[in-house]
Amino acid sequence: MWILENAFLIPLIPAVSFLVILLFGRSVIGAERVHKVGITAVGIVWILSMIAAVSWITQVEDATSSKADDAEHALVSVNEGLSASGSGAVDGDLYLAAEDDGHGSDDGHGYAAGPDPVISTADGWWSSGGIDFAVGTLVDGQTVLLLVVVTSISLLVHIYSSEYVKGDRRFVHYYAFLSLFTASMLFFVMAQNLVQMIVGWELVGVCSFVLIGHWWEERPNTDAAVKAFLTNRVGDIGLLVGVAILFGTFGTFDIDSINRAVGEMGSEVHFAMLMASIALMAAVCSKSGQFPLHTWLPDAMAGPTPVSALIHAATMVVAGVFMIGRLYPVFFEGFSIGTSSINLMAFIGGFTALIGAGLAFAQWDIKKVLAYSTVSQLGYMVMALGVGAWTAAMFHLFTHAFFKACLFLGAGSVSHAAHHTFDMREMGGLRKYMPHTYKTFVISTLALAGIFPFAGFWSKDEILLGALKGQESRYLLMLVFGCVVALLTAAYMTRVIWYTFWGEYRGHGHPHESPKVMTVPLWILAVMAVVAGAFNLPTPVLELFGLERFAHLVQTYAEPTHYLNAIGLSHPGPEWEMAAAGLVLALAGIAITFMYYWRNTGPHGLTERNRYAKAGYTFLEQKYYLDHLYTDIVVGSIKAPIARAANWVNNNVIDLVVNRAGEGARDSGRWVYRWIDQGTIDNTVNALGSGADAGGQGLRVMQTGKVQNYGSLLFGTAAVVAIVFVIVL
Amino acid sequence: MLLNQFLLLGALLFAVGVYGVLARRNGVMVLMSIELMLNAVNLNLVAFGLQHDVVSGQVFALFIIAVAAAEVGVGLAIVLLLYRNRRSIAVDEFDLMKG
Repeated sequence: MWILENAFLIPLIPAVSFLVILLFGRSVIGAERVHKVGITAVGIVWILSMIAAVSWITQVEDATSSKADDAEHALVSVNEGLSASGSGAVDGDLYLAAEDDGHGSDDGHGYAAGPDPVISTADGWWSSGGIDFAVGTLVDGQTVLLLVVVTSISLLVHIYSSEYVKGDRRFVHYYAFLSLFTASMLFFVMAQNLVQMIVGWELVGVCSFVLIGHWWEERPNTDAAVKAFLTNRVGDIGLLVGVAILFGTFGTFDIDSINRAVGEMGSEVHFAMLMASIALMAAVCSKSGQFPLHTWLPDAMAGPTPVSALIHAATMVVAGVFMIGRLYPVFFEGFSIGTSSINLMAFIGGFTALIGAGLAFAQWDIKKVLAYSTVSQLGYMVMALGVGAWTAAMFHLFTHAFFKACLFLGAGSVSHAAHHTFDMREMGGLRKYMPHTYKTFVISTLALAGIFPFAGFWSKDEILLGALKGQESRYLLMLVFGCVVALLTAAYMTRVIWYTFWGEYRGHGHPHESPKVMTVPLWILAVMAVVAGAFNLPTPVLELFGLERFAHLVQTYAEPTHYLNAIGLSHPGPEWEMAAAGLVLALAGIAITFMYYWRNTGPHGLTERNRYAKAGYTFLEQKYYLDHLYTDIVVGSIKAPIARAANWVNNNVIDLVVNRAGEGARDSGRWVYRWIDQGTIDNTVNALGSGADAGGQGLRVMQTGKVQNYGSLLFGTAAVVAIVFVIVL
Repeated sequence: MLLNQFLLLGALLFAVGVYGVLARRNGVMVLMSIELMLNAVNLNLVAFGLQHDVVSGQVFALFIIAVAAAEVGVGLAIVLLLYRNRRSIAVDEFDLMKG
């Protein structure tokens, strides 16, 4: 349990690695060896995360088994046990918040009451306005889940990059920021309070900006980096506002306290929660690429491909989803998820999933297809959260990270082979040249499409199930969205397979398989894409094999039951028909595309012949004209009048004032010069001078130098004085 | 009265001395005229001493005679040096201090 209380070590290690690489990378370590520092640091963190996961699972086991004996008794013993083990090691005061009882395993929601999150805090981070900001870590099942995802993907990406980015002009810089990104994301997922969460949120944003603009010598890359950063800033305003509302409502930044408070207060704080949810939703939209702020994510593909895999598919973009999951009671109350039949979050998620999938059809850049696929899948997760399927969303986050990272790294491998192009029109037939990449790519595609028994099937099925049966089946519209997206996902991924790996090679040069250091991570991820679904298998499936106790691992160990119970979520039971329908839809998507490309049937050339089809295609190709809407209409319409107004103000007000001030100063200067300086002061001085001169000239006459003249004056004066005396006296 | 006559004589002598100082060009004559003025003062001092029957008037007169002797000594030395340098003792020729 030591690691759960000292979880701060986990982000600290890559942060140190960042500083070491940045400061000593080129000079002491040597530019060609820095990747070893990064890989070592992330490797250590990966091991620590695994230990943390095991510790957490043990803790949950302890809590639930002793719960079975005697609920009251067990809580006391768990608390005591934790306090005893933690008291020696932690600097700050470790405390375990009181159990929110009354919502145990016997309340009919099917939740087993897990342990409380392990919270370690140290006071006195900083204080402002009489509020002390503590710093600390909050480790619970959700954090542990993300720790495993982030460190696993990060480790594989680090290894993969050592070959992919080898010989790059900023190899040191690349690894430094890869480490910083890992540190930031780990910091974010274990943030104990909202302020820390904002810090982590912004840090991953900065890392994303830096890494998208890694090759900043090319203009489009810097544009993409700036676009990503600015779009994220739009959402960050929402985050700040949301956090401010939460602080204003509850008077604390402590995430755990806020979640518990919402659970207790319920509808008393509904309006505040609604406002906070809407504001925070803007943040989610920007970070997790939800409509209408998703436009930065495809452009973010300008960065190196491993970065796309790490940041823009597997980890950073799930920060928004993670944040919803972390503050789920807030959203649950704010959007009335439990009682409405449609809400902002579910709609944004579903709509994003749909438009993302649509856009993926019209792209020729393999990474952009995957980027829109990411947008779509993130929409899926948000939609799942919007319909109350917390576990399904987190489970999908978990499985999606593996197969999407595998797809991105596969795309990188393809580009590595095909002379650094991402245009699928210059690929084709690559399955013969790069069998490992082909196989792993197909496995991940099947996982993404949701084909049994790959990972995506299980998580997607849970989401669809949540939409079907969750909250008394009120979210059936979302189910329609989900089903359409399932079909589209399978179809556009099959299209990618066709253009990239089948047909004839259309590029130039000779493609070749990537070296082992790239294919081994691909295979690891591909294996995960197959088996990740096993982490939350429904009980009936496992009963077939007599392994019931491994059912619902994510549900059992990752859920923050102490507040999910408070808001009263329930898990729908598995539904064979739904699973079959989802599978049929995915297979139908593959089959249609298969017929279209492999059998060459269907309406080929429709977009050229039919002008409605052509219009639709152009609409997709232009990304629903959203970029135009933002740059030309929104920015343009705001910019032009503002520019004109500013120009008018500049010419007519500011210039006028400045000119008048200048003229006034000049005139008063002249007046002062003429009348004061020249007229008064100079004249006075001159007059004094000339007066003295004249006086001197006058007196000079008397200064004859002849003694007798002086004598005459002396005696004359004396005579006059004497006469005056005589007369007066 | 006797005193008036002394005073008139003194005034006369003084006036002659003033005239000599102011009007004579010869440096020696100027010095001699200064002697006349000093002696006019001496005459007054002695006359007033008699009048008031005090001896200090005569004592002052003696002091003045002594000082006048020293003064003439210095004055004649100056005149002598002037003559050596300029071959002239006409006081109106020495106007180096003219403004």
